[in-house]
Amino acid sequence: MKSRYSIFSLARNAMNYHKDWERAWRSPTPKSEYDAVIVGAGGHGLATAYYLAKTHKLTNIAVVEKGWLGGGNTGRNTTIIRSNYLQDPSIAIYELARSLYEDLSRDLNFNVMFSPRGVMMLCQTEHEFRAFKRTAHANRLAGLDCRMITPEEVKKIAPIINDDPNCRYPILGAYYQPRGGTGRHDAVAWGYARGADSLGVDIIQNCEVLSIRRDGGKVAGLETSKGFIKTKKIGVVTAGNISTVVQTAGLRLPIESLCLQALVSEPIKPVLDCVVMANTVHGYLSQSDKGELVVGGGTDPYNNYSQRGSFPALEHTVTALVETFPIISRLRMLRMWGGIVDMTGDRSPIIGKTDIDGLYVNCGWGTGGFKSIPGSGYVFADTIFNDRPHPIAEPFGLNRFIEGRLIDESVAAAVAH
Amino acid sequence: MLIVHCHVCGAEGDETDFHYGGQAHIARPATRDPANVSDAEQRDYLFMRHNAKGLHFERWRCDRGCGKWFHAARDTVTMEFKATYGISELPPRALMEAATGEWAVFFKDRLAKGSEA
Repeated sequence: MKSRYSIFSLARNAMNYHKDWERAWRSPTPKSEYDAVIVGAGGHGLATAYYLAKTHKLTNIAVVEKGWLGGGNTGRNTTIIRSNYLQDPSIAIYELARSLYEDLSRDLNFNVMFSPRGVMMLCQTEHEFRAFKRTAHANRLAGLDCRMITPEEVKKIAPIINDDPNCRYPILGAYYQPRGGTGRHDAVAWGYARGADSLGVDIIQNCEVLSIRRDGGKVAGLETSKGFIKTKKIGVVTAGNISTVVQTAGLRLPIESLCLQALVSEPIKPVLDCVVMANTVHGYLSQSDKGELVVGGGTDPYNNYSQRGSFPALEHTVTALVETFPIISRLRMLRMWGGIVDMTGDRSPIIGKTDIDGLYVNCGWGTGGFKSIPGSGYVFADTIFNDRPHPIAEPFGLNRFIEGRLIDESVAAAVAH
Repeated sequence: MLIVHCHVCGAEGDETDFHYGGQAHIARPATRDPANVSDAEQRDYLFMRHNAKGLHFERWRCDRGCGKWFHAARDTVTMEFKATYGISELPPRALMEAATGEWAVFFKDRLAKGSEA
């Protein structure tokens, strides 16, 4: 068991000039066999391993990762956390995740800097206003703390917003989730990694899965760049690369991989203390604790595995935000990057069993992966351990595409993708 | 930024002059035999996609030029266009042979027959 982080450990280590901090996780060599192996050490994969070890006491497990942990979409998102989706199954899983975030720093003994600063989704057309009102009613029925607010309240919460009633897309109101906000994305991965590691989980980085070995209708193990690992249960959580991994087991998925870009500005003094999403004009904005404005928008339109987006998508996002926040028009941008997101036809995730015994998938989170990490890991761990879908995960099974029982969130997603 | 060539009118422009139409060569099962389409076939038609990492075959429309649809073969890692070809055609033989994964399976019979799409 690792020593706990606390004010006392900080003081003790300060005495030694911080030379004696122990490593947050080990770098073990893979064993020849595990009870279960998770593929992909992003937030979702590490959370799955953590809850398998903590809740289900399954500790002879490994997480294998092609690169370094948290280096994919977990380190590439805009860190927004909210749960105000339209459909009941989505509300259940995203709210589970959001509520777990509230307590996550204490649970993991690692500060994930969850900041429930409020998420405001602007209504800039009459149609959008009515659509969000519908979502608001659905959310209130489900017990979420969300409400519609007036243009005056919007201006009060975000004074830098353009409230000119004569602009092309005037602010008609907003849909507000006060308990939504942001978190520190890297800390979520690191916290779960440290937590899982201290419970005995082997996190094996720089270990690429080359193929999934099958023994008839069930899995036998994984061929990796560090040799064969025998296991009866494999959970694949590799976001944009899911198709290439499960293809080696002969499994096809209703997924396409697209590039989603984000960018941050130079740090400035505090101007915005909530998350603002402007869906009609396609952009969203928040300010990090360092002072950078964090900007995101829609995906590039075509299939892409390169983690590099193209300029028109960025230009579109920035144009929209300058219109909404004229104050940022001369701000310089520091960094931009892209992540490969796994999009499903109904913009809802796929969580559950497959036709192959012992092969479980958790993917299709598309552009909404970060906010769902704790909830996704929680229900996926339960699904793998009990070999049946967790009740909250059940509607998200692969069979929904055959039954036509879609969970359509293409409207409730932050911006149209 | 992708530079796209229209196969029909020959126009060249950046990606905003064109519209991406998703995966190519998806046949609608109900067109051939509407009475006997299984749920799985309909699912494949609507949702299942070849999600190739590397050589991919897709549809594009010349939005601000001639307005016609055409096919393109593009690498989804390097973003390089390998070829464009007509909307009712199969890709050049060399590209069908170079295809991997789900696309290789898809083109296997067609290569054997040497038929048109």
